[in-house]
Amino acid sequence: MSRRPYVREVPRTTWFFKHPRYMRYMAREVTCIFIGIYTVILLVGLARLSEGPAQYEGFLEALRQPGSVLFHLLALAFSLYNTFTWFNVAPKALPVQVGDEHWPDSVVSGGHYVVWVGLSLFIRFWAGVL
Amino acid sequence: MTENRMGTRQVELEVLRYNPETDQEPKFQRFTVPCVNEWCVLDALNYLKDNLDSTLSYRWSCHMQVCGSCGMMINGEPKLACKAMLRDYAGVIRVEPLSHFPIERDLVSVADDFMAKLKRVKPYLIPGEKRTLADGEYKQTPAQLERYKKYAMCINCMLCYAACPEYGLTPKFIGPAAISLAHRYNQDSRDGGRDERQEEIATSEGVWECTFVGACSDVCPKHVDPASALQQVKVASTVDWYLEHFMSWVKK
Amino acid sequence: METIQADVAIIGAGGAGLRAAIALAQADPKLRIALVSKVYPMRSHTCAAEGGAAGVIKADDSMKQHFDDTVGGGDWMCDQDAVEYFIHEAPKELTQLEHWGCPWNREADGSVAVRPFGGMKIQRTWFAADKSGFHILHTLFQTSLQFPNIQRYDEFFATDLLVDDGRCQGFTAIEMRSGQMRCFRAGAVIIAGGGAGRMFPFNTNGAIKTGDGMAMAYRAGVPLKDMEFVQYHPTGLPNTGTLLTEACRGEGGVLLNKDNYRFLQDYGMGPETPVGKPQLKTMELGPRDRVSQSIWHEIQKGRAVKTPWGDCVWLDLRHLGEKKINERLPFVRDICISYLGIDPVKEMVPIRPVVHYMMGGIHTDTRAATTLPGLFAAGECACVSINGANRLGSNSLVEILVFGHRAGLSALEHARSMGPGNDAALTAQADDAQAKIRALFLRKPGKESISGLRKEMTDTMEEGAGIYRTQEGLDKTCDKLSDLRRRYGDVALNDKTNVYNTDLLSALELGSMLDCAEAVAVSGRERKESRGAHQRIDFTARDDDKYLRHSMAYYNGLLPPRIDYRDVVITTSPPGVRDYSGAKK
Repeated sequence: MSRRPYVREVPRTTWFFKHPRYMRYMAREVTCIFIGIYTVILLVGLARLSEGPAQYEGFLEALRQPGSVLFHLLALAFSLYNTFTWFNVAPKALPVQVGDEHWPDSVVSGGHYVVWVGLSLFIRFWAGVL
Repeated sequence: MTENRMGTRQVELEVLRYNPETDQEPKFQRFTVPCVNEWCVLDALNYLKDNLDSTLSYRWSCHMQVCGSCGMMINGEPKLACKAMLRDYAGVIRVEPLSHFPIERDLVSVADDFMAKLKRVKPYLIPGEKRTLADGEYKQTPAQLERYKKYAMCINCMLCYAACPEYGLTPKFIGPAAISLAHRYNQDSRDGGRDERQEEIATSEGVWECTFVGACSDVCPKHVDPASALQQVKVASTVDWYLEHFMSWVKK
Repeated sequence: METIQADVAIIGAGGAGLRAAIALAQADPKLRIALVSKVYPMRSHTCAAEGGAAGVIKADDSMKQHFDDTVGGGDWMCDQDAVEYFIHEAPKELTQLEHWGCPWNREADGSVAVRPFGGMKIQRTWFAADKSGFHILHTLFQTSLQFPNIQRYDEFFATDLLVDDGRCQGFTAIEMRSGQMRCFRAGAVIIAGGGAGRMFPFNTNGAIKTGDGMAMAYRAGVPLKDMEFVQYHPTGLPNTGTLLTEACRGEGGVLLNKDNYRFLQDYGMGPETPVGKPQLKTMELGPRDRVSQSIWHEIQKGRAVKTPWGDCVWLDLRHLGEKKINERLPFVRDICISYLGIDPVKEMVPIRPVVHYMMGGIHTDTRAATTLPGLFAAGECACVSINGANRLGSNSLVEILVFGHRAGLSALEHARSMGPGNDAALTAQADDAQAKIRALFLRKPGKESISGLRKEMTDTMEEGAGIYRTQEGLDKTCDKLSDLRRRYGDVALNDKTNVYNTDLLSALELGSMLDCAEAVAVSGRERKESRGAHQRIDFTARDDDKYLRHSMAYYNGLLPPRIDYRDVVITTSPPGVRDYSGAKK
């Protein structure tokens, strides 16, 4: 005789399989784990360096193992994916309005790429690699 | 204006039906609807109701993408039925009420939660400087208008809530449209109510529940870009926090 | 039955209803205001208005000019005391909306911008791109959220007024989500239920515009005034009837026939003005009745553009360029692309005249009061009358504000002067209203269907009471409507359940439309002259001697309405010639 609104529960663990858009979102989020692991490896390298040349050489040797190379390739790919996806949505968080008009998104995200490349070059130059 | 547009085709519509007085749970019902190629899904539903089954319930009014009544899931995507053109669909078209809202009846969802949230964020002008009618209008340059215009385009169709997985998982999340409208007033040069609104939206139930999936902006039929509004509120609220804790001598 | 007690209850939460509610809330924070609507406020059809709202604000303009444009535009059927009040309140209301946050377009210096509009001699139409009605509605709705004493009843379908002791004291309404009947009791009732354009097959109106408010007042004995005046908007999409705003022409769009020839100068609206340089109050900026009628004549002469959707003429916007179209007419562009697959930046758009607006409606005085004490009306459902025989574009968005506000204050004054009502009498009336709905549920299925009767109604309205009318056509339509109203008594519901029963609502809406449609057709049959939007092929001239009078249609049960007349109020502008030839001064 009366109302009985029907609630459709969202599955808490599998919801992201429902739509490719959600899958892409999860991919963006998950790829940051590899960046995290890579950062830990870098810190371990620093610690080894402080312990002396032999320890550091051992660390470098470990890096040359096929498994490690594979991991680094994977981490590179994932961190690039992570970077691109974030740079592409950056204009949403940081829209730039000049006068009556907003800059196109491509200019804002393009700016991020320019700064990224510039900073990378600067660090390499500063570290004496270039 | 090709003849093709006026041609007809049989469209298979799979409509989620639910009548709380006769059904335990929703189930799909298949209809074959003779449609004109240039129709939208809403036209097909109207044909269905007028000719095949008058007991089907759904909301609609303007048929011009502005009243926001006919939001529904069409092949799993939140859409305005008046903006979903049949020419863009092949095969069976599956129509369901908007995700993440309780179903009242057939394609009619319960909008109470959205209405309550909208009210909560104070989506109205709280004047920075009081003016009487005799003082005339506030001056607002085209550039100042541009700062908020996009966010004023929200038609409250709730498609963004149906797209947002955060809202689906955590219903207490204030959600994209309501926060965008709060942001719209925060950005308005005539407004002085930002602090009041931040108390509602710069909170764990507000923007900090958002993980920037971006689905809201993908589905918005009016290009409001709620995802952008929410990220801007996050940035501004972070700046507020730093100013308050480390630079308390700076006036916001 | 649950009773809801309010000081003032409002039926309809579009522009007029919301404006009334806000006026009441501001007048007294303790007042109990019930705002009742069959849809959520932001779904109301105010949202579909595009072009803008007229109000004198610029230095080159004057109240007198707005008055003259409006009265002449209305073919002298406007009540001039109402127009005077309206003109003077207009700028205040528009400024008030600005103070509430309405995103009006601006000049470079930050002042409100205005645009040209049909039939207006001076640019005075305030606008928010081509979504002016949408922004007005949402500004009002959002503003209303700050008043705790505006108690909204969204998705409640009002059915019958409660009248006792010679005054209106409330109404019954169905809560759509539960199907339960509620009794609203109030010291005063305002109807702001919108127009009834859905009685025609080809119209710009939303599905909700079925004249429920008009019909409710009409059935309670309040006359419907000037119902024969139905406005055709010149530029509707030929397939869906979707409105393309008059601002298309205000911004410089032109109308062409199949030979790419501009034709309005052949119908007394010339000489031709240069393309892209629109001149006020002539050619494409003539009033809607004249422009629509010219298109009709052009089509009769065989100069129509043949399209799969019937005979059309072209609307050409291409010379405006993409930038201007995106800035001033973005919605028009979206709609053309969506529904026609035509981008007006690159191609001409086929258009044809489409039913848009009811000039007539519930008879009110300048206080928005009807003839029934305690009942007030504002907006398209009302006829005050500032629109006369033809409304000028951009006057109606202001009308809802000015007279919504006025209705609120008048209702408050009335409610305060009234004592409590007779509970037993009002309860009995509410029970009767409920019994009528129950009877609908119990009726055995017959051979009549809601959609079938609706189709017959819209078809006969177009045939006999369309843009050009004849005695024979109107007679036929009147007979047909009588027949349909009788057969309506045999309509049965397929859906016998309670929750959100749209089958039931469709049946009630059809009843409202049939009542209003008959008032249109019979009033039209009795008006044997041509004036404004009412054009008779058999009586082509305006006849001020006989018909400078408002028609008043009185409900008469299943019989056709009784038509009476009422003098037009003339204060300063005696009937004259409508001149839209720009070159003549």
